[in-house]
Amino acid sequence: MKSTEMTCILCPMGCRLMVTQDGDKIRVEGNSCARGQKYGVQELTNPERVVTSSIRVMGGQMPLCPVKTKGQVPKSSIDEVLHAIRASKAIAPVKLGQVLLANVAGTGVDIVATANRNAV
Amino acid sequence: MMKYDVVVIGGGPAGLAAAIEAKKGAPEQRVLILERDQALGGILQQCIHNGFGLHYFKEELTGPEYAERFIEQLDGSGIEVFTDTMVLELSKDRRVLAVSREHGLIEIEAGAVVLAMGCRERTRGALNIPGARPAGVFTAGCAQRLVNMEGYLPGRRVVVLGSGDIGLIMARRMTWSGATVALVAELMPYSSGLNRNIVQCLTDNNIPLKFNHTVTQIHGRERLSGVTVAEVDPMTRKPIPGSEQMIECDTLLLSVGLIPENELTQGAGISISPITSGALVDERRETDIEGIFACGNVLHVHDLVDNVSEEATIAGRAAADYVKQGALSGPIAQVRTGRGVRYAVPQRVHAGGEGKLDLYFRVDNAYRGMRVQLRSGDQLLLDRKKQIMTPGEMEKITIDASKVTGDLELMLAEG
Amino acid sequence: MHTPIAGECAPNQGIYDIAIIGAGITGAAIARQLSHTRLKIALIDAQEDVAMGASRANSAIVHAGYDCPNGSLEAELNVRGNQMFTQWCDELGVPLSRCGSLVIGFDEQDEQVLRDLFERGQRNGVPDLALISGEQAREIEPSLNLDVTLALHAPTAGITCPYQLTIACAENARANGVDWVLNAPVTGIDRRDDQLVIHAGGHTINARYVVNAAGVFADEVSRMMGDDSFTIKPRKGEYMLMDRTATDTWTVVFQTPSKLGKGILVSPTVDGNLFVGPTAHDQMDKLDTEVTDEGIAELTRMSVKSVPNLNFRAVITSFAGVRAQPSTGDFIICQSSIEPRLIQAAGICSPGLTSAPAIAELVQQIMQRMGIDVSERQDAIKERPAIREFRHMNASARRAAIAENPLYGRIICRCETISEAEIVEAIHRGARSLDGVKRRTRAGMGRCQGGFCGPRVMEILARELDLTLPDITKSGGDSWLVEEMQ
Repeated sequence: MKSTEMTCILCPMGCRLMVTQDGDKIRVEGNSCARGQKYGVQELTNPERVVTSSIRVMGGQMPLCPVKTKGQVPKSSIDEVLHAIRASKAIAPVKLGQVLLANVAGTGVDIVATANRNAV
Repeated sequence: MMKYDVVVIGGGPAGLAAAIEAKKGAPEQRVLILERDQALGGILQQCIHNGFGLHYFKEELTGPEYAERFIEQLDGSGIEVFTDTMVLELSKDRRVLAVSREHGLIEIEAGAVVLAMGCRERTRGALNIPGARPAGVFTAGCAQRLVNMEGYLPGRRVVVLGSGDIGLIMARRMTWSGATVALVAELMPYSSGLNRNIVQCLTDNNIPLKFNHTVTQIHGRERLSGVTVAEVDPMTRKPIPGSEQMIECDTLLLSVGLIPENELTQGAGISISPITSGALVDERRETDIEGIFACGNVLHVHDLVDNVSEEATIAGRAAADYVKQGALSGPIAQVRTGRGVRYAVPQRVHAGGEGKLDLYFRVDNAYRGMRVQLRSGDQLLLDRKKQIMTPGEMEKITIDASKVTGDLELMLAEG
Repeated sequence: MHTPIAGECAPNQGIYDIAIIGAGITGAAIARQLSHTRLKIALIDAQEDVAMGASRANSAIVHAGYDCPNGSLEAELNVRGNQMFTQWCDELGVPLSRCGSLVIGFDEQDEQVLRDLFERGQRNGVPDLALISGEQAREIEPSLNLDVTLALHAPTAGITCPYQLTIACAENARANGVDWVLNAPVTGIDRRDDQLVIHAGGHTINARYVVNAAGVFADEVSRMMGDDSFTIKPRKGEYMLMDRTATDTWTVVFQTPSKLGKGILVSPTVDGNLFVGPTAHDQMDKLDTEVTDEGIAELTRMSVKSVPNLNFRAVITSFAGVRAQPSTGDFIICQSSIEPRLIQAAGICSPGLTSAPAIAELVQQIMQRMGIDVSERQDAIKERPAIREFRHMNASARRAAIAENPLYGRIICRCETISEAEIVEAIHRGARSLDGVKRRTRAGMGRCQGGFCGPRVMEILARELDLTLPDITKSGGDSWLVEEMQ
């Protein structure tokens, strides 16, 4: 049996949740609504995050372009995602939404530009 | 002398939304945005994290994406933009003096002016933290620019003072960029940042957050070598002797408050609220100088850009209306604040208006299970229970404008 | 647009007539004065810029000269220096405002001190001194405490900018051929028969004579040359500076002096800010410029006695300077009796800034008595043009400036309205760091304290000096600002 304490982030209430896993059963306590229940389960079993960062741009008017993972990636893969972004470069011009790294770190999620970057 | 119908000072989220709405309201009018930076978007350009737009666009965007939603609307809109242009002076009669490399010194006669200059960060100097004056003490926003726009790291071992959203976001950004954040210290017993940021920026990265703590001394002659952190008495906010602890670090990031940038406003003789440090406005966001409107963080510091956009559309539309129809007349009702309410915007409204009227306000402490009440004389116009209210989150109530017949009072009451 | 980049020079391999150690206001003023002669001069400093010691953090007051003891060198040079200040500031393009000073008293004891000061001032030869009633004082300075009963008014007193004056003197000296040798802490001096050999930060500088203007380190420099006739004690003074919008006092307001100094004063600056300070605390460490809790508390407590309505919410920064207090109790300006090739300009505490022009003149006279040819040369440049400031131009001057140099049209520091042209010019005149740019242009000195313009000034420094951002420092040495990301 494993218990984890966490803060629900879905609204300003910030309920303190106690999430307990007992075999296949997961119990969430401390939540004030059904969304909190779902959040607690998700955070315990498969926490996911959107990762944002910036990527080097070659030949651009600005040295960097902001990027994000197009969807959520497993929390445990954040370091690898950041490393992959750091290790790569984009070439100007870059369009907002353009895929700069496909299937980053094997997550199945793409890295996309979140701004336009003109070439010099 | 140039002539424009609506001149918007500032091309950040407030200025963009105001200009777009002004043009929508009156396509025949000439609308000009003056922006001091080389690009539009304001501070959103460097806010590369996500979490913007959930209210306004019903989807989650990063800062640059949020800004782009507005910038792309400028294309073909007929709105003119001068970037790299600094406004030097604004006069009561809506003459704007500005300067840029490209245009030189320019004087503009404006039918209406929308102030959208945003805010600046409180500094170490304003806090008067004792100690040395080494390199390595940055406001969080300054560090954010260095990391996100320039691609350099302000340091490797970091203490953050203040747990506002920018401080939390920068704690994560520094960690993700290879630095170690030793501590986030918060003077108050609560954070003014969002729960979501506390969890996803600090907890996710095992960064400790200490409430009732502050930095009492800065060490290091050339580069910062450490800070003394002490616990404060929750009542007096003064450091408790004996609680001091030296933390070695090469970087101190300050996230200790934002101040509306109102030097131009004051120069024009517009009245400023001592509480918001922004102009006193009516429901159209018109200041007490006719034809000059204000919106966004220059009016009062917002926590969500979505609210800035909403407020700016009100100001932008009103500016265009003013050019067409002149000033509103009719009796004015003051919006007073009572128990538990630190401030409300707008501070005055025209009585007997039409449609819905939104009042934005902040509470002065953290409250659970209190009622928000709006009274006009003996009449209770609104009475609503709120589970939780904190000073960090702006509250909004909506009433029927036609119900306003006299001065209003907004207050909290026991549940 | 691109003027050649000046600044630190490699010292000349030959022999200098004069090596001036210390590029604070004393050393820089002496360098300026002597640069008008035919002497070959090096101006040496341990730091990355001139004006890095007490000259960058003091009260900026041009004192009238009533509080120096009768017959002291301080008294003589203060009164003389005050008279010379107008011409020096005119020639050097440095702001000076003769706003006058008031020393205020609240009771009989204070009044006695004021009467003594008045008499001392008369004997020192201070012009136009007057004892006035509290009411008259409040007419001159309406922000004064209502309890002031008597005041000493000195209309010849004023305010200037100490680091601007130092920079201007050093620039004028350089225009006349003086070499700046910066980042060069003096670690030893060999006294050879034919010359003095100065070891300074990896440089070897040969000179016939040395002027010791090393501020708090003057005793150590003197000792390197065998003269240990005095010591220097560092005395810290802390200050708080307020935003221009809070300035409501336009006269220099002193409290009645104590043994430790001239008391906490409230004063406007030439840039329109207001400051309170200094405290006066003796310490051991010559480099300790930390602001203390106690200091801030003392400043707050004491300054409201002079001006009750001070707005401490408008404080934009606090800082501290370390004054050089000599063991002799007076300025030490003379040929050394131990090493005749050493001229001391040491122990220059307050009123050192006011006295600087007179100190420079006196050093020249001492050299003349020593048989050194200090006659002025025909082609000496006396004027030093200030950096043209966009914020002080009228509309037509602004248009002309932008037409000539479009960088005048780009405002970098929004609080103080400083253009890119001014910043570039400052760099070309020798600024190498954020603080160097700040002292020359005021970029970063306003209410946001560089939060907005700091990264932009760093970029301009990197561009103009062909460096990368990690090379840029706040104020030289190990004061780096950013690192490479990986």
